[in-house]
Amino acid sequence: MAEFRRLDVREVGDVTVVRFRDNKIIEDINIQELGQELFQLVETENRKKLLLNFSTVDFLSSAALGKLITLDKKVRAAAGTLKLSNIRAEIYEVFTITKLNRLFDIKADEADALAAF
Amino acid sequence: MEDNGWIWACDRSIASEMAGGRQILDELLARLIAEGWSRRDRFAIHLAVEEALVNAIRHGNRLDPGKRVQISCRLSDELVKVEIVDEGPGFDACRIPDPTTDERLEMPGGRGLALMKAFMSQVEFSRCGRRVTLVKHRNRAECREPSAES
Repeated sequence: MAEFRRLDVREVGDVTVVRFRDNKIIEDINIQELGQELFQLVETENRKKLLLNFSTVDFLSSAALGKLITLDKKVRAAAGTLKLSNIRAEIYEVFTITKLNRLFDIKADEADALAAF
Repeated sequence: MEDNGWIWACDRSIASEMAGGRQILDELLARLIAEGWSRRDRFAIHLAVEEALVNAIRHGNRLDPGKRVQISCRLSDELVKVEIVDEGPGFDACRIPDPTTDERLEMPGGRGLALMKAFMSQVEFSRCGRRVTLVKHRNRAECREPSAES
């Protein structure tokens, strides 16, 4: 498995569970790197079932949303499945305001998300 | 800005790079914690000012090192007011498309303005879009957090 600077990656069964090392996803250079690492999981390592656990994330900007949208497209293009979990209330509000809660499959916690794959 | 019982004020001119803007934003957020503003209000202000800084520096001044951004922050017991002025060509905020339509939902960008409007009490553009004024009224209905997390 590749080494990641922005992500903690582990396997739970056939699901790849990803946590973020930055609790504020905000700096442009970090967001670019984060995006590349997420895309690598799909495009290089051929992970088909991805769960992004946001339990460590306190803040993200709209630039980070753009990376998640691009990731979702790549996962769908690879016939994979992407789910999100453990999103704190303020960040979930970002998803509802932008209506991205319609695009992403968001579960309350990791157990719920894993059960839904 | 007019005197409105401000307990903290900050007026700076910064280069067209995010580091200077984030330094002021960090000072503002530290004051909000010290004054006991709720986590939700702080998140809202953080997000809106971050998006406004990106608009001014990246989309307005286009990272031009020859252009400056003026930032004015005011804090009272009840509200935060932030003005950000860039030296770019300006834009018409009314012509920014709704990012939540089916056609635009999967576009990677274009959500900053919608988030500012949703999270702040008031968002006004003037000087042909080169100045944005953000106002947030304090929501005292929410409990103050027992811990002083960042």
